[in-house]
Amino acid sequence: MTKIDSKIPQGPLAEKWSYYKSHQKLVNPSNKRRLDVIVVGTGLAGGSAAASLGELGFNVLNFCIQDSPRRAHSIAAQGGINASKNYQNDGDSVYRLFYDTIKGGDYRAREANVHRLAEVSGSIIDQCVAQGVPFAREYGGLLDNRSFGGAQVSRTFYAKGQTGQQLLLGAYSALSRQVGKGAVKLYTRYEMLDVVIVDGRARGIIARNLVTGKIERFAAHAVVIATGGYGNAFFLSTNAMGSNGSAAIQAYKKGAYFANPCYAQIHPTCIPVHGENQSKLTLMSESLRNDGRIWVPKKKEDAEAIRAGKKKPTDLKEDERDYYLERRYPAFGNLVPRDVASRAAKERCDAGFGVGATGLAVYLDFSAAIERLGQKTVEARYGNLFQMYEKIVDDNPYATPMMIYPAIHYTMGGVWVDYELQTSIPGLFAIGEANFSDHGANRLGASALMQGLADGYFVLPYTIQNYLADQITVPRFSTSLPEFETAEKEIKDRIAKLMSIKGTRSVDSLHKQLGLVMWDFVGMGRNKAGLETAIAKIKEVKKEFWSNVRIPGSGDDLNIELEKALRVADFIEIGYLMATDALHREESCGGHFREEYQTEEGEALRQDDKFSYVGCWKFNGEGKEPELLKEELVYEAIKVQQRNYKA
Amino acid sequence: MEKIINITLKVWRQRGPKEKGKFETYPLSGVSTDSSFLEMLDMLNEELVNKGQEPVVFDHDCREGICGMCSLYINGHPHGPDEDVTTCQLHMRKFKDGETITIEPWRSAGFPVIRDLMVDRTAFDKIMQAGGYVSVNTGGIPDANAIPISKVDADEAMDSASCIGCGACVAACKNASAMLFVSAKVSQFALLPQGRVEGARRAKAMVAAMDELGFGNCTNTGACEAECPKNISISNIARLNREYLCAKLAD
Ligand SMILES: Cc1cc2nc3c(=O)[nH]c(=O)nc-3n(C[C@H](O)[C@H](O)[C@H](O)COP(=O)(O)OP(=O)(O)OC[C@H]3O[C@@H](n4cnc5c(N)ncnc54)[C@H](O)[C@@H]3O)c2cc1C
Ligand code: SF4
Ligand code: FES
Repeated sequence: MTKIDSKIPQGPLAEKWSYYKSHQKLVNPSNKRRLDVIVVGTGLAGGSAAASLGELGFNVLNFCIQDSPRRAHSIAAQGGINASKNYQNDGDSVYRLFYDTIKGGDYRAREANVHRLAEVSGSIIDQCVAQGVPFAREYGGLLDNRSFGGAQVSRTFYAKGQTGQQLLLGAYSALSRQVGKGAVKLYTRYEMLDVVIVDGRARGIIARNLVTGKIERFAAHAVVIATGGYGNAFFLSTNAMGSNGSAAIQAYKKGAYFANPCYAQIHPTCIPVHGENQSKLTLMSESLRNDGRIWVPKKKEDAEAIRAGKKKPTDLKEDERDYYLERRYPAFGNLVPRDVASRAAKERCDAGFGVGATGLAVYLDFSAAIERLGQKTVEARYGNLFQMYEKIVDDNPYATPMMIYPAIHYTMGGVWVDYELQTSIPGLFAIGEANFSDHGANRLGASALMQGLADGYFVLPYTIQNYLADQITVPRFSTSLPEFETAEKEIKDRIAKLMSIKGTRSVDSLHKQLGLVMWDFVGMGRNKAGLETAIAKIKEVKKEFWSNVRIPGSGDDLNIELEKALRVADFIEIGYLMATDALHREESCGGHFREEYQTEEGEALRQDDKFSYVGCWKFNGEGKEPELLKEELVYEAIKVQQRNYKA
Repeated sequence: MEKIINITLKVWRQRGPKEKGKFETYPLSGVSTDSSFLEMLDMLNEELVNKGQEPVVFDHDCREGICGMCSLYINGHPHGPDEDVTTCQLHMRKFKDGETITIEPWRSAGFPVIRDLMVDRTAFDKIMQAGGYVSVNTGGIPDANAIPISKVDADEAMDSASCIGCGACVAACKNASAMLFVSAKVSQFALLPQGRVEGARRAKAMVAAMDELGFGNCTNTGACEAECPKNISISNIARLNREYLCAKLAD
């Protein structure tokens, strides 16, 4: 069996990163200019990495699907970014952030990576402030913090409800500066379609110019994937329309392991589904749970009356409401981690207490906060979110409680990487949400932005040098090498095949079909029979897709249907991996809830003796089952416990 | 309450930047007033694809009003008739049963049409590359709380920083000026001590890039502010003018 080496440096946990940095190989300034690095993605991870590598003197080629790097999906993050600055003097520390992240991830993350993440978290805030990111401040002029789910300290920095936007614009500014200087060359409206391997190393990519439809080749000494998460396998999610998992699948098919695909996060506070033509779900930031209280009616009759439009939520008195999170989890209350909050909402709705026309919604109520703080303060904190809600739902959340329901939001799984963020293919790196990341089985709120920027600003620019230092004598590659030739031909054949099907189903209709299977069987509550059904149904979708999809227009031209089709073909593969992984993992942990494995109170029940490992899936060829490899997780600094948010 | 309406769409269709475009008319029935405008266009495209025709090309991504990717000139307004929203946040409840809705791309020399309703806004990136940043490298930075910043300034900087780079201001302006966009960035940095340091250089560089890229002059009509989905105030333009003047005087 292939041995998985995560290359964790020696020494005590808190000293590993310093040890690594002081012993790693570096590239001297005059050699940097001769080394090309491809960075695919311009989100927080890719944008910050491309800018930082450009500053260091590498020659960077940076790709994104959108018309501008500033539009990467990181822009949509609302709530905030964690850092263990302990500015509030409330007992925070690197260790506590590390501990909370491991615990939040249900003891399925790699200790050394998480500790490093907590260590660099403070520098991220320093960096962003220096770039002119307008974080929220207190009257004294110092930075303000809020608290977020899964933590008992206030360590979340924010910029209104637009934190991701401001952080991304900071990275985009830094990137723009390097583009202006010629250190980074931008390729916008380009989509990577394959990674090219030469002599076992990643040496370039094949990309499609989305404006002309032309397939182009790009060579480099190293390739970095920063393409975000694959939540859109569910069709409806909080991700942007163009978010996709294709680069991860391309890497997987070239030999990189896909780790923990089943770990997906369902976010508890999204606007409920309105109808069949819905194209995406809108998140209401988790920060709302700081001041909003979640409830459903105590009595079923009341819930029924509300669903029938005969009663309004404001008609119910305090003692007729069930603040079920506060009831079940007194210590954390409305601030329990996302998976716990999501399942609790589903439990209430499944039991018949849900509200809204469909019964698939719960209330998030601000009346107590408005009374305590005044409408002005609430508006200052959440104004833009309330406006967003009102525009979508046509209801005023200052007067009536918001309605929310869980939706797929984030994928903890992704391309497997070692301590250096290198995949199992030498020279291929993965950062941000695209890698299987530091969040274990569940990510805490405000930690994705932290991880993306940690990877891009403070980790990859070091670790990639340890690889590139050996490459300084390797001359620039020619894209006419046979490996590029073959990769391009395979892509062209794939496109020609898709265009030739000329079936009767639109890409979207097939994507929706896949999404429903995922939501019904690979969603919040999973079980053996359901997952087996999912696998069978995903195979059907795949067959239907490859025999009956209809794509108008031409393959060698701008073609939005073809773009979507290429992504959906890969979502089908991802769906299959997610279901396969979920079926094999016979335990519940974090975002992966197997109904067979729960405590009497309905909490997730891990099986540490059997599943304390990272599930790495290796591609074995088309039509063959993937092979499972395991990276054992060893906990030295932390005692593994049952997660408990009650006391 | 949800209603179902029937509408007629007049949509601008154009193969490429140099080709002539024209309006095509499409009737569309069974549209829920709870759908968003772009979901309505998805419906149209689904119908077109099912007939084997090419769908209408338009830009969009986040569909929640933050990425700035969506555009569209709807019934004579950038981002449509609703206040303070982007096209993706516009809902069909703003339209009446039987209404004819005209949909055009941004029209500006600075933003050439790529296909149908999709335009090229890379000029905005170029303006940013000319000076829309604070010149700091990664690492070696003082502690984030080393320089206190008044909450008033921080909040005002945040308001300016809310610009999503959509280009509606340019589309709304009869001179196709990009002043609101440029001034928002210049103001954000000018209000913060970190950005102040190279304030003069930034204002000159960004304005020069804007002029070079073919955007027009600002004649203070205020159309940009009225159509901006993010409420970016024209007081930013006044600040940019001051910054620019001071910088020029210092030369
Ligand atoms: C609505 C919402 C709110 C959130 N709020 C928070 C929050 O408050 N706090 C928090 O910590 N996290 C939050 N998250 C999570 C966080 O925003 C993301 O995990 C994170 O921003 C991902 O960053 P990224 O750089 O990895 O990827 P992205 O920002 O998704 O960037 C992906 C990039 O890759 C490019 N790309 C993708 N595929 C290709 C391809 N094939 N070829 C070329 N380019 C490609 C895209 O164009 C884009 O530039 C939120 C997420 C959502 C959806
Ligand atoms: S100023 Fe307003 S209209 Fe102009 S680009 Fe920014 S957000 Fe869009
Ligand atoms: S699609 Fe992102 S702002 Fe409209």
